[in-house]
Amino acid sequence: MSATKTTEAAAPAEGAAGPAHQQASVYGYSAAGPGLADRRRPRRERRWWPIVGGALIPLGVLGLWWAATEFTDIPSYRLPSPADVVNAAGELASSGQLWRDIAISSQRVLQGFAFGSLIGIVIGSLIGLSRTASILLSPTIGALRAVPSLAWVPLLVLYVGIFEPSKVILITIGAAFPVLTTLSIALRHVDPHLVELGRAYGLGRLSLLTTVQLPAVIPALVSGLRLALAQSWLFLVAAELLASSMGLGFLLMDSGNNGRVDRIFLAIIVLAVLGKTTDALIGVLERWLLKRWG
Amino acid sequence: MTVAEAPVVPALPVRISGVGRRFPTPDGGDRVVLRDIDLGIRAGEIVALLGASGCGKSTLLRLISGLDRADAGELAIGDSPVAVVDQRCAVAFQEPRLLPWRTIARNVELGLPRGTDKAAGRARVAELLRLVQLDHAANLRPRQISGGMAQRASLARALARNPRVLLLDEPFGALDALTRLTMQDLLLDIHAAEPTTIVLVTHDVDEALQLADRIVLLGSDDTAPGATIRRVLEVGKKRPRDRGDAQLAILRAELLSLLGVESHHPEDYITKAIKAQRAKRAGA
Repeated sequence: MSATKTTEAAAPAEGAAGPAHQQASVYGYSAAGPGLADRRRPRRERRWWPIVGGALIPLGVLGLWWAATEFTDIPSYRLPSPADVVNAAGELASSGQLWRDIAISSQRVLQGFAFGSLIGIVIGSLIGLSRTASILLSPTIGALRAVPSLAWVPLLVLYVGIFEPSKVILITIGAAFPVLTTLSIALRHVDPHLVELGRAYGLGRLSLLTTVQLPAVIPALVSGLRLALAQSWLFLVAAELLASSMGLGFLLMDSGNNGRVDRIFLAIIVLAVLGKTTDALIGVLERWLLKRWG
Repeated sequence: MTVAEAPVVPALPVRISGVGRRFPTPDGGDRVVLRDIDLGIRAGEIVALLGASGCGKSTLLRLISGLDRADAGELAIGDSPVAVVDQRCAVAFQEPRLLPWRTIARNVELGLPRGTDKAAGRARVAELLRLVQLDHAANLRPRQISGGMAQRASLARALARNPRVLLLDEPFGALDALTRLTMQDLLLDIHAAEPTTIVLVTHDVDEALQLADRIVLLGSDDTAPGATIRRVLEVGKKRPRDRGDAQLAILRAELLSLLGVESHHPEDYITKAIKAQRAKRAGA
């Protein structure tokens, strides 16, 4: 007993009040090694760097774009200037069409993503946890996954019609597979020691899933959700290009038919911004999940 | 050390009769790991299962816990047979097996029996953390603590079950020699505070001698494949035991020779040790 006190007596006194990274070094278990404290400081002082650094390339591209329209004689119906695109945005915004398109597209993506990731989590958990489910479902799901997304469109239009459900279903299909695949593989590789521990401490199948297995696969689940979200936007545009009267995909197709390159640029930029924004929301979700479980 | 009042749960005896376990081999055959194990463990007793590595000690422990099923024979805890993952047992594994995303306190909480009242559970966890001297580390994560601390957390989690039978699978095997001695003393303190039946798997002869009421030596005799009980030794000394005790030294020499390890004692070592002890007693 006395040996414990001599070896570890210093730790509680110094460690109890400090932040986690200090405690880690007190206990000598910091993965980053002794240099951690020295290297942290400059990084913390330069908080602006990730934001400014990330904006450098987009700003550079914007500059090149502007220079290309200003100093060369490419006609504006081939390459609109940034100002043209801003004007197009103002025009569509004041008529309300831009907001309507953004709203309807976001709604479709969020609905499809929500259904798809839910289905992906349920089926992915089944396949990852049960050998029987894996034997029964894996070949079928592998085959369905291999079907190119656009192949579903004619069938969906024929069966479900050209209105909202067919688009949401298409996005659901697109969102389900990445979640399903990453989750089932990750669940199969959860540390068997921890699973046995859960069993030994009386956890049933469901509580084992929520207590041990799902928390262990959060990083994989989040990357699955990220991929699913990207797929959702992809499938959205596919759905809207083919049959729609509203939405960013419709805006793209309509502008293409009318030769409005400025609006095509606008739609692409809006899609990029929306995609990045929703992706950032997944980042927030990840931090919340890791805080809850991590 | 002072230990807060623990919920009184009577320790239960364990009865193992004619137990055997075989595992299929990749070539379609069978490998007998354990055969004909007969052992009665008294309630509140500390029994050490000792043997060379790979002799089936951990397998026997898993059979008692119900994590694995025997092919032959019967196992019972108290009056009823061992259930699949018997909740009257608590296991501390060779590795601490803490959930890395939970704090130490929340890891210990995992051991509480289902349906424990929230406030009572929190109080019990705090009390156990004090018992294993981890109260200062309650809010740390497993990766922030040392191996010895992680093993103590694992022990606290097992105790949180209020087990009738506590099963320890080489719980201190991965620790450095000094920490191991400290942990052995701690385990004895805990046993004194919360007396439960303890079955301890170890390959450390000294650990077995220090902790156990009886030492069960597992190994194969050459009559048939698979390990069985070769010897049961009653240590018969009050704890805490003098680590340099002469009678323990005799038992150690005997166990080592049974395990096929040369103890390098001179031929008259045992006689000398007994004489020395008698002299000491006479002097005292």
